[in-house]
Amino acid sequence: MQFPVKMNVVQVLGRALARRLLRPVSEEGLESVRPVVHAVDGISFRIEKGEILGLVGESGCGKTTTGRVVLRLLKPTQGRIVFEGTDISALKESELRPLRPRMQIIYQDPHAALNPAMTIGQSIMDPLLIHTELEDEEATEAALRAMAEVGLVPAEEFFTKYPADLSGGQQQRAVIARAILLKPSLIVADEPVAMLDMSVRARILELLLELKARYGLTYLFITHDLATAKFVCDRIAIMYLGRIIEVGPTRTIFADPKHPYTKALLSAIPVPEPGRERPQALPRGEVPDAILPPMGCRFHPRCPVALPTCGWEGRDFVDYLEQRRLDSARAAMEEEALGPIDAWSTSGRSAFRRVEPERAEALLRGVRGVLKDAPAVLAEAVESVEAVGGKEVVVRFRPPVPLVPTQIEGREVECLLYQTAKP
Amino acid sequence: MSETVLRVQGLTVHYHTRRGPVRAVDDVSFDLREGETLGVVGETGCGKSTVGKAILGLLPPRTLVRGALTLRGKDLLKLPEAEYRRLRGEELALIFQDPMTRLDPLMTIREHFEETIRAHDPGASKDEAAARAVKVLRSMGIPESRLDHYPHEFSGGMRQRIMIAMALVLNPKLLVADEPTTALDVIVEAQILEILKDLRRAYAMTLLLITHNLGIVAEVSDRTAVMYAGKLAELGPVADVFRRPIHPYTQGLLASTIHLRTERLRSIDGVPPSLLDPPSGCRFHPRCPFAKDVCQEEEPPMVEYRPGQFAACHFGGDFV
Repeated sequence: MQFPVKMNVVQVLGRALARRLLRPVSEEGLESVRPVVHAVDGISFRIEKGEILGLVGESGCGKTTTGRVVLRLLKPTQGRIVFEGTDISALKESELRPLRPRMQIIYQDPHAALNPAMTIGQSIMDPLLIHTELEDEEATEAALRAMAEVGLVPAEEFFTKYPADLSGGQQQRAVIARAILLKPSLIVADEPVAMLDMSVRARILELLLELKARYGLTYLFITHDLATAKFVCDRIAIMYLGRIIEVGPTRTIFADPKHPYTKALLSAIPVPEPGRERPQALPRGEVPDAILPPMGCRFHPRCPVALPTCGWEGRDFVDYLEQRRLDSARAAMEEEALGPIDAWSTSGRSAFRRVEPERAEALLRGVRGVLKDAPAVLAEAVESVEAVGGKEVVVRFRPPVPLVPTQIEGREVECLLYQTAKP
Repeated sequence: MSETVLRVQGLTVHYHTRRGPVRAVDDVSFDLREGETLGVVGETGCGKSTVGKAILGLLPPRTLVRGALTLRGKDLLKLPEAEYRRLRGEELALIFQDPMTRLDPLMTIREHFEETIRAHDPGASKDEAAARAVKVLRSMGIPESRLDHYPHEFSGGMRQRIMIAMALVLNPKLLVADEPTTALDVIVEAQILEILKDLRRAYAMTLLLITHNLGIVAEVSDRTAVMYAGKLAELGPVADVFRRPIHPYTQGLLASTIHLRTERLRSIDGVPPSLLDPPSGCRFHPRCPFAKDVCQEEEPPMVEYRPGQFAACHFGGDFV
């Protein structure tokens, strides 16, 4: 089975920071400005039959959205999803329904995935009763067999229990039993062990691997936990803010990660070895907003080895000004020389502020002084600093070099450090 | 020998429920020394959060509490609420898991700090409060320009830094952090851990760190206390407990922790016991690969099997 997924922007109408619905003057005049969360922004990948592909990243990277879209629980804004040779991207729900038994999902929170008012047996049987012509008795038999397979034994005892009577690990086994009953070919596992205690995780992971071997299953394994992904997955794709930034065989990536973000992730994992020193400095800041992602390479504002062409923009300059004011000794001086932070505006590659003509020179000097002091890459990324029309000081950065996924040493990475091809 | 900041003696906490008393913590004792970081670690239901809440006087009413909690000579369990309120903030501070639930969405950060500072120092002016807030926020990497923002305008990691700043602004002697990074991404988590480590170095702060994550304990703690089913299983310097664990539960927990160098998947058989009716003798015996008859009959005492390293196991000596 080949499973190419090409998706562009998935439009998720999420938390609106600035929802403005303007009144229509006429039908044509209607303008609604709804911010779009670029949850997944142009990713392509395949999952080969029988493999476990890991989708790894922190919150906001788009991995959960990807998992949902792959199963058509969400509709992609653009792009194609081809499942077992069928393009399911735009199918209606009624056309999807016969395919659904072949694609299942296991969620992170088993407690939320099981109806508290249904017994375990009923929950597990439910999909059979919906999708097949089986009688209750046959469905019950099938459910009991599945429960035995996942280790919920004695199955007859667990059959009549309610979710609240089970531990987290047992609940997750019930969820897995329900997922395999319809004999799916693809299972999307979204953080299947994240909410389980450490001492229990291994058994659930082992169960997933056993079932894969027994039934020839294929998994899309979604997690933020690199250590688990390393153990379970054949290949992994690392996501950051809607993009896949590195993808390849697990062993290859862990032995020699290329992308600075992958390296940072690996280095950040707390390891139960007292006295271990972190191999490198942590990137600063956090994953930014997916509504207005950084220009160029989305990781550039936090990247310890960024280049001047990685996508520097006005917002980075203002962030830098703000960072400088953490130093109490110079905060007052900078406020004097460059003005309060909110006097500065940004638009794409530029940061600018209005200024009285007689103060323009002084402000220009102040900005140039700040840049002389700045990290080399920020200074080198500047294209121009000038007073426009005598009353606006503008700092403009060089345009980014567009990113092109690059094959290097057995994996694909999206990073200018490795990019040799001309876009 | 540094001073003991907190002495926990025979702490017992039974929650009142309709089905009977839940024995969340049973006869737990340890000392917390000045300037040290003690990582209290264990899985769901082990009682570690309950210990934290007991220290801060945040247990629900009608909870049975026995034993002694002595903070620099004061018995916290006998303290009237008014005294406790004063203590919280000035001597004892707490950081929780989810800062969003602890910050008032209708108050700016400035207002949060004003409230905290003036609750303990009614004479402080708004300007003084703001100045103190700015200083401690800067040390957490939060610029002054954000003082008048609301909690929802910050990311998760920044909110946690704000929480830490608020906890520190009154210069407490003891900071209790209950799963401070569980809700955060791994890179932000690492940043917060660096902050906690800096606090130890710069302020010689005493920190009680409660977590289920062994990696965090290894990184930040001096000593660790491993809890299981309401009891203390093992206590000792973090390097010793991690490299040469004595209690079979500690051994199992370490072995089943998945990290980058994990070769084999391991787990502990069985499930954690009910705290309504815990197993007799050693509470771990039903799951312990080394259990013998005595383990079911008698509760094991805490024995110092190596200097500074204690374990509650009848056969701890076999593992030394």
